[in-house]
Amino acid sequence: MTVPGFLFDALLAAALPLLAWRAISARELFAGVVVFISFGLLVALAWVRLGAPDIALAEAAIGAGLTGALFLNTIGRLNTSGSEETDERGEPAERRSKLARALVAPATLGLGLALAWSLLSLPEPPVGLGERVGEAIPRSGVSHPVTAVLLNFRSYDTLLEVGVLLLAIVAVWALRLPRYRREEDPGPARAPVLAGLVRLLAPVMVLVTCYLLWAGTTLPGGAFQAGAVLGALGVLLLLANMLDLPAGHGGALRLGLAVGFGVFIAVGAAALLAGRVFLDYPPQMTYGLILLVEAVLTLSIGLTLAALFYAAPPEDER
Amino acid sequence: MNAVTLYLLSGVGIVLVCLYGLFVHGHLVRKILALNILGSGVFMLLTALARRSGGPDPDPVPHAMVLTGIVVAVSATAFALALARRVHEQTDRPYLPEDDPEDA
Repeated sequence: MTVPGFLFDALLAAALPLLAWRAISARELFAGVVVFISFGLLVALAWVRLGAPDIALAEAAIGAGLTGALFLNTIGRLNTSGSEETDERGEPAERRSKLARALVAPATLGLGLALAWSLLSLPEPPVGLGERVGEAIPRSGVSHPVTAVLLNFRSYDTLLEVGVLLLAIVAVWALRLPRYRREEDPGPARAPVLAGLVRLLAPVMVLVTCYLLWAGTTLPGGAFQAGAVLGALGVLLLLANMLDLPAGHGGALRLGLAVGFGVFIAVGAAALLAGRVFLDYPPQMTYGLILLVEAVLTLSIGLTLAALFYAAPPEDER
Repeated sequence: MNAVTLYLLSGVGIVLVCLYGLFVHGHLVRKILALNILGSGVFMLLTALARRSGGPDPDPVPHAMVLTGIVVAVSATAFALALARRVHEQTDRPYLPEDDPEDA
């Protein structure tokens, strides 16, 4: 390892916990969220340094981008609904009893030290599944190891994860948050630059989505990264007021949200019918099945992320 | 000290400050921020451990787990933020009753 590389790693490793603290404790929530977004981008950089470009892509798009948008949206809503305390003049931490803070500080410090000690005293040589994954790659239908793990070796995890996404949107809709009113914000008329930018970006983002999906079988990328870009496009369209679900189309939206989970289960169950184990794809069809599952997952993940941002359920409910 | 150790310690640091922030802050959005970043700290530990496990390429299994984790974290955060908005709608305060500085 080179000296500049080491210095860079050291600076980055030191900056991240400081940024984390600034994000949580910034005097103004808005400033905290801005620090949070920069934290997300720097973490992505750390992951590139650690040889994990897949995670870096997903973190930059989902962790920094979409989660940041979710936070900004929420603090905007908390402020507009007419209460004064959310502008954060009374720093809540200050109001905590000294005793409580005096108890929490040593407890977390002790836990941190124990964690650091256990991590630094891990046995040598390190153990991992890297070699076994490498041996099984030829049988997985794809050549990128992370995609092979996600959609073949440990596809059960991925199936359940898509289930979590579906559950999250069902739960958020069940809270019946108020719908964003078009009248409050004339959209394109008020923000012509945003509307113009979105018009330029939309086709490029669709192209990037397709590329990430396609590349995922051989290179870093795949359904999650592609879905994140699609979700970001959905958020941009919502912000520019260019995407509005007309009443009565809730059914199509629900179908789109559920299709990823549904097709994934159907593919898994089809393996059962063919006399194999659940989600055990027949060898000659692996590549096609993985690509099919990834394509529907991309659509569902993108739609779910945009719907989570919008938060309100479709209006056709009785 | 190599890069893996640096990032392991960085991950521990992130987990530590987020745990502390989670307990001392009352504002719900701050608590959710702390939880979300706490997740990133854990991902950092997993990614650093993946790099540690010998061989020229990092272990892809922890990478896949982190990818899954990022998507689960964004779903949980979105749900938590929606709950916080609901609390605010009902009580006009972004705090849980027992954490509200105005009641203390």
